[in-house]
Amino acid sequence: MTLLIGALTIGLILALAALGVRTSFRIFGIADITVDGSLTLGASVAAVLLVGGSAGPLVATLAGFGAGMVAGMVTGFLQTRCRIDALLSGILVMTALYSVNLHIMGRSNVPLLHARTLATVADAAGPDWFGGGEVALGRWIVPAGDLALLLMVAAIVVAVALGLGWFFHTEIGTAMRASGESPQMIRALGADVERLRVIGLAIANGLVGLAGALWAQVQGFADAQMGIGMVVWGLASVILGEALSGTTPLGVALTATVLGSILFRLLIALALGFGLNPNDLKLVTALFVFAALVLPQLIARWRRAQATRRAVPGGGTGP
Amino acid sequence: MSHPSEAAQGRPAMVRLGAVARTFHPGTPDAVRALDGIDVEIPEGEWVVVLGTNGSGKSTLLNVIAGTFGLDGGTIALGGQDVTHWPEHRRAGIIGRIFQNPFSGTAPAMSIAENFALASRRGRTRGFRPAVTSAFRAELRARVSTLGMGLEDRLDTAIGTLSGGQRQALTLLMATWHDPGVLLLDEHTAALDPRSAAQVQALTADIVQGRRLTALMVTHSMPQAIAYGERIIMMHRGRVLHDFRGEARRRLGVGDLLACFEDARRTPADDVPPSPRSAVGTD
Ligand SMILES: Nc1ncnc2c1ncn2[C@@H]1O[C@H](COP(=O)(O)OP(=O)(O)OP(=O)(O)O)[C@@H](O)[C@H]1O
Ligand SMILES: [Mg+2]
Repeated sequence: MTLLIGALTIGLILALAALGVRTSFRIFGIADITVDGSLTLGASVAAVLLVGGSAGPLVATLAGFGAGMVAGMVTGFLQTRCRIDALLSGILVMTALYSVNLHIMGRSNVPLLHARTLATVADAAGPDWFGGGEVALGRWIVPAGDLALLLMVAAIVVAVALGLGWFFHTEIGTAMRASGESPQMIRALGADVERLRVIGLAIANGLVGLAGALWAQVQGFADAQMGIGMVVWGLASVILGEALSGTTPLGVALTATVLGSILFRLLIALALGFGLNPNDLKLVTALFVFAALVLPQLIARWRRAQATRRAVPGGGTGP
Repeated sequence: MSHPSEAAQGRPAMVRLGAVARTFHPGTPDAVRALDGIDVEIPEGEWVVVLGTNGSGKSTLLNVIAGTFGLDGGTIALGGQDVTHWPEHRRAGIIGRIFQNPFSGTAPAMSIAENFALASRRGRTRGFRPAVTSAFRAELRARVSTLGMGLEDRLDTAIGTLSGGQRQALTLLMATWHDPGVLLLDEHTAALDPRSAAQVQALTADIVQGRRLTALMVTHSMPQAIAYGERIIMMHRGRVLHDFRGEARRRLGVGDLLACFEDARRTPADDVPPSPRSAVGTD
């Protein structure tokens, strides 16, 4: 049960990253690999602030968000002002961020041993909230701190998802959603498509940086490698969520992305429980996204073939 | 260029094109002089129809006015302001646009209401206010119901699920939500079936004439040109070949226009005069 709560917590945190990936993927149509770097960036900025004691969990978390935004703005700048291919822009920034992150941390791993983090705050608050160090959930006994942490993270994710939904319905957010789909129209209506893209990528990577900052606090360390494969993870969550819900309306789609992330994390935890080698995690995730992208095409082709066979009497065999 | 028709006399110029030139793929064997020195002045409130053979530069003309394409030479002024170096989105404050393809003028996955919300901020700042408010929705219902298409009850429908005719009608309302300084229409009824085309054309006339908008309308339909153009410009190979205004315009019939086309077809590139054979008629 503690394992399950842990998986839920991480799944929720990574849902923030998945919301970011969804923003660049569904609005601008790009799989923005910057997120591999901005997740680690958010984590390292938060970790360094927390270890130095120069910031509490709240400020450190917000700093992770801000750092991610800056990374996204750089990618957006490369794409729009420098006219560099979207994929390449992401690769360039991600690669540069690897060194930046090492510089921020000063080494490849920063443990948060004695720092006050969201996790320690939850550990302290849990017994107060639940009147004891352990809580009985039906047949299960779980540590109150873990449960408090889960609730705190859930509150953050709900707030962020609501905020994102609100933003996408503002004048500027509506223009942003239209700018990816119909740039010609939105330019003719006087919106600066390039600026909207920079802002959109900043928000997307800000969410990913936020996820990194929270993740570091929950797992108790920041690591230079922790962002690797993040974009694929995010896509897997988005795709899984869309498979559950369809794509519209927007509020449902955002919720589905969050659920997709949680579900995917639970599936992974389950697979690990059944003996999946942790080294194969990224491979499995990539295969999942691959299958999700290719299967619909194969099914469509198979259906067409079936339809043709039915339409041609005597089957579809050649002469 | 100083042959104002009597109706236009005294009105300030809304559009002023001075020696406007644009070449695609310059310096390569594929170089195309899409616009080759265009001088045109359009007074406020004039409805100009632009005719010409395929590839004569009509769409390019509208695109350089809107700022979609930059210029190689010349100047563009809108409403007395030099906008030659303004980016497209900045000029949008002055310009309303409708494209030939109904898909280009709308965001298909978004609702009718959201599309109009976007259009209502043309040329204005976009901030953190909700895009679709209940006041806006009420106003939208009223305006859309004037179309008589029953769309006012479907404001939350994705606009991409509507027919081309419905979409072009809506796009027309969107482009003119606030009166544009100039309305640019590029074969906006060409992709529609005859009935929808007639409907959208009638709506265009209502709006442009009813609100005295300055408009440039590209069409291949001679009857449409004769019926609506207060002034008719015929382009050929990036130049203005004819410019019919005033009395000459009034005497013009579909037959005359067809003769002009035949004439244009026989004219080799180098014989197109740099300035138009202006025909204004008796003063
Ligand atoms: N984006 C572009 N890149 C290269 N060449 C272009 C581009 N747009 C237009 N052209 C060329 O410029 C010339 C003028 O094209 P334009 O589209 O303005 O013609 P048009 O008068 O609108 O024709 P139509 O009646 O077919 O719409 C053509 O030779 C065309 O091939
Ligand atoms: Mg054209």
